[in-house]
Amino acid sequence: MKNKKRTGVFVCHCGINIAGTVDVKKVAEELAKHEGVVLATDYVYMCSDPGQKLIIESIKEKNLDSVVVACCSPTLHESTFRKATNMAGLNPYQCEIANIREQCSWVHKEKSKATAKAIKIAKSIVEKVQRNTPLEPISVPITKRALVIGGGISGIQAALDIANGGYEVILVERSPSIGGHMIQLSETFPTLDCSQCILTPKMVEVSKHPNIKLMTYSEVQEISGFVGNFKVKIRKKPTYVDPDACTMCGECSEVCPVVVPNEFDLGLTGRKAIYIPFPQAIPASYTLDSAHCPGLVPIACGKCIDVCEPKAINYDMPPQIIEEEVGAIVVATGYDLYEKERMAEYGYGKIPDVLDGLQFERLLSASGPTKGEVLRPSDHRVPKEVVFIQCCGSRDPELHNAYCSKICCMYTAKHAMLYKHHVPDGQAYVFYIDIRSGGKGYEEFVQRATEEDGVVYLRGKVSKIFQENGKVIVWGVDTLSGKDIQIEADLVVLAMAIRPSQGARELAKVLKISIDKDGFFSEAHPKLRPVESMVSGMFLAGVAQGPKDIPETVAQASGAASKVLAMFSSDELSHDPIVAEVDEDLCCGCKICIPQCPYEARIFDEQKKVVIVNEVLCEGCGACIAACPSGAAQQRNFTDEQILSMVDIILEGER
Amino acid sequence: MAEFEPKIICFACNWCTSAGADLAGTSRMEYQPNGVIIRVMCSSRVDPQHVLWAFKKGADGVFIGGCHPGDCHYQDGNYKTLRRIKLLKKLLGDLGINPDRLRLEWVSAAEGKKFVNVMNEFTDYIRKLGRLELSENGGPPSGE
Repeated sequence: MKNKKRTGVFVCHCGINIAGTVDVKKVAEELAKHEGVVLATDYVYMCSDPGQKLIIESIKEKNLDSVVVACCSPTLHESTFRKATNMAGLNPYQCEIANIREQCSWVHKEKSKATAKAIKIAKSIVEKVQRNTPLEPISVPITKRALVIGGGISGIQAALDIANGGYEVILVERSPSIGGHMIQLSETFPTLDCSQCILTPKMVEVSKHPNIKLMTYSEVQEISGFVGNFKVKIRKKPTYVDPDACTMCGECSEVCPVVVPNEFDLGLTGRKAIYIPFPQAIPASYTLDSAHCPGLVPIACGKCIDVCEPKAINYDMPPQIIEEEVGAIVVATGYDLYEKERMAEYGYGKIPDVLDGLQFERLLSASGPTKGEVLRPSDHRVPKEVVFIQCCGSRDPELHNAYCSKICCMYTAKHAMLYKHHVPDGQAYVFYIDIRSGGKGYEEFVQRATEEDGVVYLRGKVSKIFQENGKVIVWGVDTLSGKDIQIEADLVVLAMAIRPSQGARELAKVLKISIDKDGFFSEAHPKLRPVESMVSGMFLAGVAQGPKDIPETVAQASGAASKVLAMFSSDELSHDPIVAEVDEDLCCGCKICIPQCPYEARIFDEQKKVVIVNEVLCEGCGACIAACPSGAAQQRNFTDEQILSMVDIILEGER
Repeated sequence: MAEFEPKIICFACNWCTSAGADLAGTSRMEYQPNGVIIRVMCSSRVDPQHVLWAFKKGADGVFIGGCHPGDCHYQDGNYKTLRRIKLLKKLLGDLGINPDRLRLEWVSAAEGKKFVNVMNEFTDYIRKLGRLELSENGGPPSGE
């Protein structure tokens, strides 16, 4: 029923963003003629302080009972204008947004058509708001525990911040140790801090923190519930080694006959089937890799179990499904390098002396396969000429990824610099498109690479890399001199693009949060809500959201943690009240709606023989409403009458 | 006589398709203005009767946009939509309305471009089909 007859319509110019293509004066004029509209006006920036004041004063002066703001998308300023409405003493749910910017002025060029459409949109929202009922947010208790997914630097930082804030954290990591990619790095730009030296204390802090429950070798399998009250199923894969009993003596690894490529050294070394990823791994315990162990089924080997004195090895350890309840989730799943198979023209994966950036990090690392000596993989000689190639798979919309991986300019400068520190008589060349060195001390760092360490920067792309007489021949072009370049290099390092980590896409499906076109998790707003996902209660940190370096990752992780802490600082959450309700007089008790609800919010009342809605559980999708054959079910402020009246007004004068 | 301009009602879910339409805007893409969006929280809120109502009231085409299968913000609302719309399309034929005047598409929040393409393509398609003529009592029309 149309119960509002004193509607105010406020049309925003948004500078020229709306007024450039929509005749905002005409929109206000037309809306002023609409039934029940007592005021329709326009203003240059409705979201500004004077704009909001205009709304507040108009509500009071004209005694408005409903408000429509025709402006940008409701995702931006719905809450702004609802707050203003509330300040004027009107229920905030009496304010609705007509999206005439993103869905009208920005997508249409012809002014007359855009104006006509803006009028239709605004009128449809007037029809809706005139049938709105005042609502109060529904209070829901919060489970004050957080889940952090991913144990790299972003997950570690977020977990520590939340734990230090006094709340329990479950940190889930897929691999046997936390540390992520950062623990693989040798030194970090622009200060050349040793990566292990700055990260391992944090890893130890995680393992010893009374508020952190660390679950490595585990994956999130299922999530249900909603903000403040998520139920999580975590699958803990068997490590076949009891971490409490394991003394880290290493006997098992010594006798293990199976050698497979070591993931931590990116295949530059081997590891056994029973192994620790690296000496400082947290938790400090061996893991038996069931994919490669011959002893599990059937008992064909058993060497490790024979030598294990503390009897820590158990071949029958089952996988565990652990259920936890949490109130907030931080997604910090990081990145992987772009698949090497896709860069066939650079010989990556075929020529042993063509490495990616992470492999070169291992070569530079004091704990790496060569103990920090730069030796090329093929013949273990010190390479005298090294070519670094930037943007391998980045900034190449035709063949690879359109985006910039952001960190490669800086780490390539670091690689070239560190190489020169290791091999002072060597020569480093860098092929680049352009140098992106925004950041504190970053530009100076790149300058140092060229000026102090004599790194030769060549502006251009490499067309082909091949092997000849023990050399790696690099064909490229220097676009500044216009000359073709051929370098007979000993080693080539590719700055491979970074991409969302393996499994991020599957995790997005489990969490029901959206990913962008490149597979990175989408933030709720690119500028104003960069650490929140579109789903309330789920936050984003680190490269999982988009390419970024360590300082930015840490900042975003702390940002996500502070969002979690802010949420936990109150005892109750408010839940959007646009939920389903049932008219008990109309409900015939057919129960068709019950299986429609994914949240088990609909329950059959045996006494009354009608279905009732648990409004705390109802998320407000409306699937049950469309299924109700008797029209007994309605969604608050999205009633059938409202939707049909919107259809009517959009098609006004048609039939 | 002025050229026929199709009237199109677009039901867009809040989380994917409406966000995708917003992205088309922030990316300053352009498409034909015939479709007007009614934002609902989930495509499964769209009752087949809303679609029939729209046709009855003069819509030449109805578009419903939801999240891709598996990506629904409400777990599986889009599957419910898919089932309902498939059934509705069969009924539309019986009512004398070309079922292709109703279009269900999955448009994610990242697919601004897809939203633009679908809008343009659907608008052109409806323009080619021409105005939806229903007989006066709302019963089966002639022609389709």
